Amino acid sequence: MRTSVPSSGTTAARGALLVAFLLAAATACGAAGSPPARGPQPGELPHYAVAEGFSLPSSSTWRSAHRRGKLTVGVKEDQPGMGEKNPATGEYTGFDVEIAKMMAASLGFDPDEQITYKAIASANRETALQNGQIDYYVGTYTINEGRKKLVGFAGPYYIAGQRLLVRQDEKHLKGPQDMAGRKICSAVGSTPLQRIESDYPRAVAVAYDSYAICVDNLLNDQVDAVTTDDTILLGYAAKDPAHLKVVGRAFSEEPYGIGVPRQDRALARALDKALTARERNGDWKRAYEATLGLSGRPAPKPPRIDPSLTR
Amino acid sequence: MDVLTENFSLYGEGFWGTVKLTVYSSLLALGVGVVMAGFRVAPVRALRVVGTTWVTVLRNTPLTLLFFAMLLGLPRFGVALPFELFAVLALGCYTSSFICEAVRSGINTVPVGQGEAARSLGMTFGQTLGTVVLPQAFRSVIAPIGSTLIALAKNSAIAGSFSVVELLSTYKTLSENGYSVVWSFVWIALGYLILTLAISALFHVLERRWGVPR
Repeated sequence: MRTSVPSSGTTAARGALLVAFLLAAATACGAAGSPPARGPQPGELPHYAVAEGFSLPSSSTWRSAHRRGKLTVGVKEDQPGMGEKNPATGEYTGFDVEIAKMMAASLGFDPDEQITYKAIASANRETALQNGQIDYYVGTYTINEGRKKLVGFAGPYYIAGQRLLVRQDEKHLKGPQDMAGRKICSAVGSTPLQRIESDYPRAVAVAYDSYAICVDNLLNDQVDAVTTDDTILLGYAAKDPAHLKVVGRAFSEEPYGIGVPRQDRALARALDKALTARERNGDWKRAYEATLGLSGRPAPKPPRIDPSLTR
Repeated sequence: MDVLTENFSLYGEGFWGTVKLTVYSSLLALGVGVVMAGFRVAPVRALRVVGTTWVTVLRNTPLTLLFFAMLLGLPRFGVALPFELFAVLALGCYTSSFICEAVRSGINTVPVGQGEAARSLGMTFGQTLGTVVLPQAFRSVIAPIGSTLIALAKNSAIAGSFSVVELLSTYKTLSENGYSVVWSFVWIALGYLILTLAISALFHVLERRWGVPR
């Protein structure tokens, strides 16, 4: 019996070969299933007039941003149509990003030169605002009671609703009423997932870290639907219309707000005023048409600003 | 404190999920690890190759990558298993490579004469390994196996990103519902401490009982 194994060059080499093979196999199957990068490309984005000589001394956030000469804005980086980062150029595009830009313009900052974008995942939004890592946050941020205790909100600037994204050849899953026994994917811990688990207990909930993995699973028949706010789903459907579609009625109401540090009411009020002005002069509609509108859905009426948020 | 009392069932489910993942994966890792250690010292060349390859591939692959490969890769080849099973397989196989190396180092502490004596009594390889070498080997590697299983308990947090209910991912739900992230984490950390201290205590007892005094 051998009580030790002599180090053998050939076995190590074989191990290395196997690793190489496995890696090759892994990358190969990744490429086959990845959603193709086609669909609407952002081209003609509107330009927003910068407010000259704007000043908001009552807002500590504005004062320190003014001193820095730059605004730091929190956005999402993985939501086509709303906030998506182009991995090649590092540019952010989407409706949320447009809102962030027009707000910057209204606060007296040049949207092309004086914004630093920071991608902040959903779970870290409140912390980022509380610690002052970002000046404001625009990224599918639903206004709700729990969050109002932690951060301040301006808006809402858009009303989204939870719906279902299915494969183009799906025949039976037409809305929330057909979810029994089907695999429905969403993000871990998210409100849409919690709603599926509590209100539709007969659906089989599947949870991953990102919607991109859910969509990949959907394209590979691992799940039957992806569910979250229709804004995000429409972005994915617009990217791959040959294979994906959004179905059914909306079964929730998600008013999107701009997150601001909780104590800075002055900033929230200034943003509310800016939103109203941008909705009136048509910038809001132009921003929608250049981003979310590419999915084919016409621009809805912008929602009424909720003054109780900044009181 | 409110975070814990108001979400006790959520924390409970998460903690129980982590405990189950840890226990099942540990059993798998110990079983496979010992078998692989046996392979690595076997007189048959093919078995040694299998053992070495197993350790080389699994020990050097990042665990997250292994999860991606299993949960997103295997279904493409028609292998669809429950998420918990995928997670136990990924965690168990990954950890088994560390267990294998710990056990093998234990085997190396057993004097060659022990094996030779067993063989001269006419024992087969399996008998020699099972009744003479491994029992002695185990006693010298209780501490490193304990460390490996503690690492396993903490590694199980990765499963939360792949549709498995476990302790760490409860913070995502809590944060979404507006609870302070800091306090959510304090209770999560406490949950992991309970689990890892229990493993430590278990291995402390084992070591006192069976460890080789030198």
